Amino acid sequence: MGLFRRRKVKKTEEKKSIPDGAWMKCDNCGEILYRKEVQNNLYVCTKCGFHFRVSSKVYRALLLDDGKLIEQDSGLEPVDFLKFKDYAAKIKKSTQKTGLKDAIVCGEGKINGIEVEACFMDFGFIGGSMGSVVGEKVKRAIYRARDKNIPLIIVSSSGGARMQEGIISLMQMAKTSAALNLLKTPYISILTNPTTAGVMASYASLGDVIIAEPGALLGFAGPRVIQQTIKQELPPGFQRSEFMLEHGMIDMIVTRHEMKEVVTTLLKHLS
Amino acid sequence: MATYLDFEKPIEELEKKIEELKNLSETEGISLEDEIKPLEKKLNDLRKKIFSSLTPWQKVQLARHPDRPYTLDYINLIFNDWVELHGDRLFADDSAIVSGFATLEGIPFTIVGHQKGRTVEEKIKRNFGMPHPEGYRKALRVMKTGAKFGRPIIAFIDTPGAFPGIGAEERGQAMAIAVNIKEMAVLPVPIIVIVTGEGGSGGALAIGVGDRVYMQENAMYSVISPEGCASILWRDQKYKDKAAESLKITAKDLLKMGVIDGIIPEPPGGAHRDPEGAAKILKKTILNTYRELSKIKGDELIIKRIEKFGEMGFFKEV
Ligand SMILES: [Zn+2]
Repeated sequence: MGLFRRRKVKKTEEKKSIPDGAWMKCDNCGEILYRKEVQNNLYVCTKCGFHFRVSSKVYRALLLDDGKLIEQDSGLEPVDFLKFKDYAAKIKKSTQKTGLKDAIVCGEGKINGIEVEACFMDFGFIGGSMGSVVGEKVKRAIYRARDKNIPLIIVSSSGGARMQEGIISLMQMAKTSAALNLLKTPYISILTNPTTAGVMASYASLGDVIIAEPGALLGFAGPRVIQQTIKQELPPGFQRSEFMLEHGMIDMIVTRHEMKEVVTTLLKHLS
Repeated sequence: MATYLDFEKPIEELEKKIEELKNLSETEGISLEDEIKPLEKKLNDLRKKIFSSLTPWQKVQLARHPDRPYTLDYINLIFNDWVELHGDRLFADDSAIVSGFATLEGIPFTIVGHQKGRTVEEKIKRNFGMPHPEGYRKALRVMKTGAKFGRPIIAFIDTPGAFPGIGAEERGQAMAIAVNIKEMAVLPVPIIVIVTGEGGSGGALAIGVGDRVYMQENAMYSVISPEGCASILWRDQKYKDKAAESLKITAKDLLKMGVIDGIIPEPPGGAHRDPEGAAKILKKTILNTYRELSKIKGDELIIKRIEKFGEMGFFKEV
């Protein structure tokens, strides 16, 4: 538990993504780091082991053989059907920033030769929030894993349901969780920083095995909301991976360096 | 004492006037029918007028109205032989959710529902209808027990949402909600969900996966509270009425989006002015829906239920 000291809750989680320039500062230990070195270390702080948030693209490369994903459902795009404040602009901005159409990329790939259906969430797209597109793509990935009789891996990183899609975003929790009943192959859920609210309270929590990266914020309610409600200081390390492991909510904590090997071993055990 | 919201005040005034005239007529022994009759008609028209043009925020206020019937009120008014079961057999009994068995016209049902309190003590005891993980786990346990014996399920939804607290997180609030949603989808008995008041996000959906989902006319169902949405979007809760409008949380909106299957009307002036009347309409809906669903086999209910939620969503595919 002592490895990651509690960081102050920032206004937007986005501040924690890696800034440009040759040098960068670690959010956890404050060390000034050489960017290239951090990149070569899978975006893990070379001093303290803090796991920086990475894009879906980086995780794909890390987990899949040759980083190769046969992407599916890439034509799905979000629709601003409620004409919600700033949503259309947010979609546009996020698309420009990430090159993605929504907060998840799904398809088939191999992990040390084992064929899998894999989904990678991307926090850079409106905080990895789950709207209709994320829900639909997860559902279809579940169906494909079932039809092809291959395991399912979902790497989550999300602030929860996408408010800009109103009640429909809440229903994506039901859509994805209900569909998981149809899957008879192994499902490994990988939780990265942060995985909270609607995503944590649906498919992210329903893996046959649930793995978390070290120090990730995991939970239902956001720490700020809890603090405002109970008007108490939150205990150190609250809602972090280590806290969740201690309370019996996840199976294990695995560093980014070991992730692929651990997943491979698990797949061999379960398939 | 009945509570009247701002927009209900004209109704209150007219009701008082009629009451006074009735009292006068009784104490003086004179007939004031000619005065009272037109006022009663006026009252009726006024109620209709006010209630037919409510803003989303006014609906939110009605959904949270302190006099609104709660789950146990409806159970008492609609069902017989209610037996409540307690506890999740893991940690505690959560009074923010009630669960048990009862009959309706001889048909045995499993009932689960959020429960708010009426008095200060009861409000605290029931945590203002905000469940902890134990509540969801209890509800699932009882629904499963009922399903084992083929009992159809009625779920009453009325919660501000899951409780944001340390203990709730420590005991796996997210997991409890996720498991409930997944497991409800495959219970082999008819499930009728009725949002009677506040449908507050994940805490509502945790007992909200059914073959039919209905909302009472003045209920709301939302992914986030209007206050929460306002403080994110406008950095100020005072824009809650604007947020309520943007989020599309009324029964009409949800029906239009295909999230619910029907709107259950309330008596004139809302369910809180006539709980018996509201219960009567609910009872009819429950019986009609049960008759329809009881003809469908369990396996088929499950397939259709997964499909029903699987179809929800709006996106473009190019
Ligand atoms: Zn560091």
